[in-house]
Amino acid sequence: MTTTDLEKHYPVDRDQLRRLHVRLERDAQAGGLLDIAYRTVDSAVGPLLLAATPLGLLRVAFANEGHDSVLQNLSQRISPRILEAPTRLDPIARQLDEFFTGGRHSFDVALDWSLSRGFRRTVLEHLNTDIGYGATTSYAALASLSGSPKAVRAVGTACATNPIPIVVPCHRVIRSDGTVGAYRGGPAAKRILLDLERD
Amino acid sequence: MARHGATVLRVVRAVIGHADADDAWSDTFLAALKAYPQLPVDANVEAWLVTIAHRKAIDIARAASRRAVPVADPPDSPARERADTHDLDLDAAVGALPPKQRQAVAYHYLAGLPYSEIAVILDSSVAAARRAAADGIATLRRTYPPIETARNHE
Repeated sequence: MTTTDLEKHYPVDRDQLRRLHVRLERDAQAGGLLDIAYRTVDSAVGPLLLAATPLGLLRVAFANEGHDSVLQNLSQRISPRILEAPTRLDPIARQLDEFFTGGRHSFDVALDWSLSRGFRRTVLEHLNTDIGYGATTSYAALASLSGSPKAVRAVGTACATNPIPIVVPCHRVIRSDGTVGAYRGGPAAKRILLDLERD
Repeated sequence: MARHGATVLRVVRAVIGHADADDAWSDTFLAALKAYPQLPVDANVEAWLVTIAHRKAIDIARAASRRAVPVADPPDSPARERADTHDLDLDAAVGALPPKQRQAVAYHYLAGLPYSEIAVILDSSVAAARRAAADGIATLRRTYPPIETARNHE
């Protein structure tokens, strides 16, 4: 590869790129080309990746999942028309902020369930509507609630693969012996969320 | 995809100049978003984006030359309101290159594309693409001495 320093003579400043990006975000949205908008936010459980389609919130990802690989996966499973476009995520970002500062006990955003199918989706929808702030339940109880009392292991899988953690509160599902159990964002994150809701 | 934003901006600035660069950048990424689902997974995204930028820059240049026929409209230049600093001598030197050379220089020296890819974009032979870039950069070294070509050039 030949090199010159020609590139240095074409400095690109961040603000200029940001302005162009905002314009692209707006034009893409207007043209129906923005299938997935994403942004990251800081939180008490580390940086979170938020992704939404026009239908609603599609994905919340913890840092330990690798945000790049999560986006890669979304581009393959849902659509490659992905853009960092914070505006669409403003409402959920604000609500998460309120949640982490204790001022909000439930989320009021539309959800896109495209990443969950069949029984897993049934489990997560029950979890979303039936297990409120500050409450906890067991995998067995959630299995019963979902209509398949014996499917405890499948409920565990549904929670472990919850694409919209925190908002769909799989952190409220703990083991029957009272220990916190596994969590997509790691057990420490689950502990933080449970403690937050206890206060 | 948007990770290539800075590269595409440099390329369009060199190819059609600062005044139209923003429009070319936007057109490029919108077209790319539109076409992205058809892009093969193993494709070189940057080469693909540069290819789109090449076409968009040509479109914009054509539209600009149509606009350039004398009309009553006063010339307005919103680009000049922006604070982005750029070197007018460099713009003049790059702008004075024949289009093929300017494009070959931009795609090779700013986007880092191999001549095999540039040949496809310019619809020329690999040898011709290489020659265009070499001639272009040689001219720039005369007309715009601040650029230093590295020793491993050519």
